Amino acid sequence: MDIVLQQLVNGLTLGSVYGLIAIGYTMVYGIIGMINFAHGDVYMVSAYITAIALALLTFFGIESFPIILVGTLFLTVAVTGAYGWVIERIAYRPLRSSSRLSVLISAIGMSLILQNYVQLSQGANQQGVPTLLTGALRFHVGDGFVQITYMKLLILFISILGMGVLTYVIQKTKLGRMCRATQQDRKMASILGIDTDKVISTVFVIGAVMAALAGVLVTLDYGAFDFYVGFIIGIKAFTAAVLGGIGSLPGAMLGGLILGLSEALFAGLISSDYKDVFSFSLLVLILIVRPSGLLGKPEVEKV
Amino acid sequence: MSNAVVRKTLISLAVAGAATLAQADVVIGVAGPHTGAYAAFGEQLWKGAEKAAADINAAGGVNGEMISLVKADDACEPKQAVSVANRLVDSDGAVAVVGHFCSSSSIPASKIYEEAGVIMVTPASTNPTLTDQGLPNVFRVCGRDDQQGDVAASYIVDKLNAKRVAVIHDKDTYGKGLADAMKSTLNAYGVKEVMYEGLTRGEKDFNALITKIRSVDADVVYFGGLHSEAGPLVRQLREQGSKAIFISGDGIVSDEFVSVAGSPKYVDGVLMTFGADPTSYPAGKKVIKEFRDSGYEPEGYTLYSYTAMQVAVAALANNNLDPIKGAKWLKSHSVNTVMGKKDFDSKGDLTVSDYVMYEWDAQGKYSQVD
Repeated sequence: MDIVLQQLVNGLTLGSVYGLIAIGYTMVYGIIGMINFAHGDVYMVSAYITAIALALLTFFGIESFPIILVGTLFLTVAVTGAYGWVIERIAYRPLRSSSRLSVLISAIGMSLILQNYVQLSQGANQQGVPTLLTGALRFHVGDGFVQITYMKLLILFISILGMGVLTYVIQKTKLGRMCRATQQDRKMASILGIDTDKVISTVFVIGAVMAALAGVLVTLDYGAFDFYVGFIIGIKAFTAAVLGGIGSLPGAMLGGLILGLSEALFAGLISSDYKDVFSFSLLVLILIVRPSGLLGKPEVEKV
Repeated sequence: MSNAVVRKTLISLAVAGAATLAQADVVIGVAGPHTGAYAAFGEQLWKGAEKAAADINAAGGVNGEMISLVKADDACEPKQAVSVANRLVDSDGAVAVVGHFCSSSSIPASKIYEEAGVIMVTPASTNPTLTDQGLPNVFRVCGRDDQQGDVAASYIVDKLNAKRVAVIHDKDTYGKGLADAMKSTLNAYGVKEVMYEGLTRGEKDFNALITKIRSVDADVVYFGGLHSEAGPLVRQLREQGSKAIFISGDGIVSDEFVSVAGSPKYVDGVLMTFGADPTSYPAGKKVIKEFRDSGYEPEGYTLYSYTAMQVAVAALANNNLDPIKGAKWLKSHSVNTVMGKKDFDSKGDLTVSDYVMYEWDAQGKYSQVD
């Protein structure tokens, strides 16, 4: 019993991280119909910026954990957001009117550039950051226990907060209305006076910011990263986005949670060797039953 | 610097001389990554071999013949290894080779040396396949990856008296090979592992796996893999409150293991198998002192390379410089080296593995467990 509960806790935190990163994939797809393959590498860049921000803050003698956390989040989110904006500006905007395939290739190129740039400038070594927050909440269940570390609680809290704020922005604000309008019909939106290029840039920045939140939290929690760390987590987050219905914001969060939970439960109760096989089989099954994902709208073919 | 340049020039002149004029010299190749990412290891190989050759020549050479060395750069690339191996046996006329460094280079090169009837002694390639190919001319003065598994298994059974062992690997050639070797020895001791599972390389979250380790109540966790996964694994194990002893192999021998784990406190008590400290043998005292006097610390594989040279020379000296007879001879005779007495089995592996257990401490350093 305690083991199943513990696996639910493990899956929930893992899933919320997948969800945060999946938002970047799903929003970009929703608005310009492209898969941003460089998104996983934006996450990777944010892990490095986290380490740099931590080093900077410690250099200035700041030792209180809340200040370090807020400072690191702020710096990382700002710099990663700038990366998101620049990537869109140089790699995707010039190709706005070309075929979808060109943008896709450009995205793959961007991913390779980011990886190689970080590898060359930061070295191919494994990097690590020291543990800042330790300790855990422990609940006794039967003769065992279920625990959730404070760091994991923080991950859950910030993920929920981030997703909540984002949902509010998209649903209730003027910026959100512009995003939704651009998503529904770009040409019409621009005729009505919306600067769609600016909206698209904003969406890239939002995606990068969400990835940066995940990057800070995961880096502080696991402490280890390298220039290739965005690959696997990027693929998983992309899977989560497709699972939930690509283009749908709540779908990305739901997909992330389902993927995280299914991985944890399968690895924990059956076999960790085949957990990825299981997750992807689940994806295939869901796509057979619902081709546009759990919460996705059936796509109208744009030719 | 200029000294080294002069020395290298002299050696290459001597080699040119050996190839064209004086066929009397004994030509020995030193093959390894002398350029590229692993050039530091190539340097260690060269330093060790160079010193050994100089010492042997000073003592009268091999049956009166002087050794001349040829440097062969494989850059740790299998293709280049094959082409330098061909060059060594064809144009340089080498009768023995010390090298290569990387297993992936040693394995293809070994076949060329076998066809040419040249003795090959590697100081560093630990992949079991190298000697399992059954080539008569291949030897190594380092351990095999599967011997590490044996050392770990007997430590678990004899020293730790552990009954509940969880075996984890990273599904890669090295990691799974190591874990399988450990598991089979463990089973031979009559201990059945309570869990045997693989994790995915590149991932950082192993909490689901660790909850499972906790649920089977393991008191030892054996991991076959590299430090990049071992760090997060041991950290998350401790975070989930498990006190199981964590054991791994030479894939975690790196300071990065500590930084990836996040803090030295997480690696405290972690055990690992690794070759015995090569500077600890009494027979090597004089050579080590001479190295240090010349301003060079004989680190890493330097003494292994020295040893490999001694083994190759012993085989040639006792068999009238015939490498084929020398290879046969090595399998039934022992050789005294700077790393103690070495005996080889019929495959060319050391009969006594030099793997020992090391333990990491709370300062993030490791030391041998006695």
